[in-house]
Amino acid sequence: MVKEMDEREEIKRIIAQNRLRDKIFWILGLLFTVVGFVVLFVLLLDLFMDGLPRLKWSFFVSYPSRFPEKAGILSAWVGTALLMVVTALVAIPLGIAAGIYLEEYGRKNFITHLIEINMSNLAGVPSIIYGLLALGLFVYFFRFGESILTGGLTLGLLILPYVVIATRESIRSIPNSIREASYALGSTKWQTIRHHVLPYSLGGILTGIIIGLSRAIGETAPIITVGALTFIAFLPSSPISTSFPFLSFKWLFDPFTAMPVQMFNWISRPQKEFHLNAAACGIVLLIMTLLMNGLAIYLRYRFRKRIRW
Amino acid sequence: MKKPISRRFKALLIGLSFCATLIILGSFTGSFAQEKIVRIDGSSTVYPITEAVAEEFQKFKKGSVRVTVGISGTGGGFKKFCRGETDISNASRPIVKKEIEACKQAGVEYIELPVAYDGMAVVVNPKNNWVSYMTVAQLKMIWEPEAQGKIKRWNQVNPNWPNYPLNLYGAGVDSGTFDYFTEAIVGKARASRGDYTASEDDNVLVQGVAGDPYALGYFGYAYYAENKDKLKIVPIDNGKGPVAPSEKTIMDGTYQPLSRPIFIYVNKKSAERPEVREFVEFYLRNASRLVKQVKYIPLPEKAYKLAEERFAKRKTGTVFGGEPKTGIKVEDLLRLEERK
Repeated sequence: MVKEMDEREEIKRIIAQNRLRDKIFWILGLLFTVVGFVVLFVLLLDLFMDGLPRLKWSFFVSYPSRFPEKAGILSAWVGTALLMVVTALVAIPLGIAAGIYLEEYGRKNFITHLIEINMSNLAGVPSIIYGLLALGLFVYFFRFGESILTGGLTLGLLILPYVVIATRESIRSIPNSIREASYALGSTKWQTIRHHVLPYSLGGILTGIIIGLSRAIGETAPIITVGALTFIAFLPSSPISTSFPFLSFKWLFDPFTAMPVQMFNWISRPQKEFHLNAAACGIVLLIMTLLMNGLAIYLRYRFRKRIRW
Repeated sequence: MKKPISRRFKALLIGLSFCATLIILGSFTGSFAQEKIVRIDGSSTVYPITEAVAEEFQKFKKGSVRVTVGISGTGGGFKKFCRGETDISNASRPIVKKEIEACKQAGVEYIELPVAYDGMAVVVNPKNNWVSYMTVAQLKMIWEPEAQGKIKRWNQVNPNWPNYPLNLYGAGVDSGTFDYFTEAIVGKARASRGDYTASEDDNVLVQGVAGDPYALGYFGYAYYAENKDKLKIVPIDNGKGPVAPSEKTIMDGTYQPLSRPIFIYVNKKSAERPEVREFVEFYLRNASRLVKQVKYIPLPEKAYKLAEERFAKRKTGTVFGGEPKTGIKVEDLLRLEERK
């Protein structure tokens, strides 16, 4: 009887102890989450308090200037937008095609394994390395000059691993029964990919693309290496021309600047007013990134809705 | 089911080839178009001045000439300059031997033009009430490589100073400020102790010194001028009594050795193009007004006149002989200018 009591006491004690541990972990987890949130919140608050007063229409349509209150980000946001277009055009087709090949066509052997390991490692390579590679390859070897094309190709290369990895992951998550059903109906491999594999995995691929582009938009080091400028008071030439062939690609070869470069320049100036400009520039960059993410979420939602398994 | 796919595929192919043709056509027309553009790159210290001139010049030319300015640093700028990729290079120090060689090999001749003065400020926290000035020897004692791990308290530098820790803040090794400070104080460029808070961004150093009562730091004069309320300046004694940096003392050369001239280098071949020639002339003519506006210290009027003459005569080469030099006074600079 006494022994039984002792055992019950013992069990109760263990349960109480574990409950306590559970509670401690719960509190710790909450604490760390809150720390993360508070830090982010304070940072954002600080950024917005500094930058918001500068966010006027003139800020978006003015060129850089020595007078902080007259300076704007016209050449910077146009440059960043064009860079992102080129980056997306480079990274998306290449990345998706490579992902499909590796996952669907490529035989699983030593070489694909090697490529796979390389891909995951490339995603972690410091961005300045890509800048140096691009300087040698695009600027000197291909002679694209210090242009939007070079910048876009560099950033495209930088985010290629993200797109490839995301494509492979999401293709892998599609059940094999879908493919088998498609083959059973007599489709070829390409038809299966085109009508089933690709549409069903598009959500995951889009996420990868957006993670990549969000990284690319904030990169400073590689585009400075390939020759992004700081003061530039004109826009790249217009993509639409009045004479044949009505579309001009001259802008690809124009010099450029980008938002992070402008921010970096302003934040390192001695005058406080320039720091406010940098904060305002940061807000715009943040909003651009959020818009891109929003678009991705919307597209993913649309694609998911269409899929009925 | 099969038909629409192949049709779509065909449309895609046609579209792609159409785009490719357009790109090729577009790039051809692009390479034919001639444009008036002045390409400038180099030091971030000189950048604010060149930015101001570029801004005014474009306004003056009503947008018919395009000017671009980058910030690759003095060294990075010279690399591009000596490959002939830029017309003008901003430099916070005279060109050095290695770069002279590179330019010579590529057949790039250059005209060296001083455009302004840049000072360096040695500062302490406003709570520091024991330092009223410092000698160059004391600064050397603190910053030389041998001091690493040894000179850690204020009273080790001067026994009259209190026994407080000495916390150091200085330029990062990638900045021209670091090169110049070590050359001027330690006597050898890039020789410095390593155990101090280093940053390429002078604003970080300002924050550091402003928040640390035992701090000693150095950075560009403009950063001190913008934060006078948060910092205390240390006058420097170079054997002729302590002198604090100010617009006056830097300009007349009494603040030594921590003030230096900064330059632009013009490619001689580019200078034949009217837009580059006009830009440089505009630069020298308006420098003293614009330099003041961006909070740098202008050279005396006479120096700009001499620089204009030098440019008009297209005098190439450097007056510094490729060696790092410090403590250059305006008088010396002018004499060097005249002798050439």
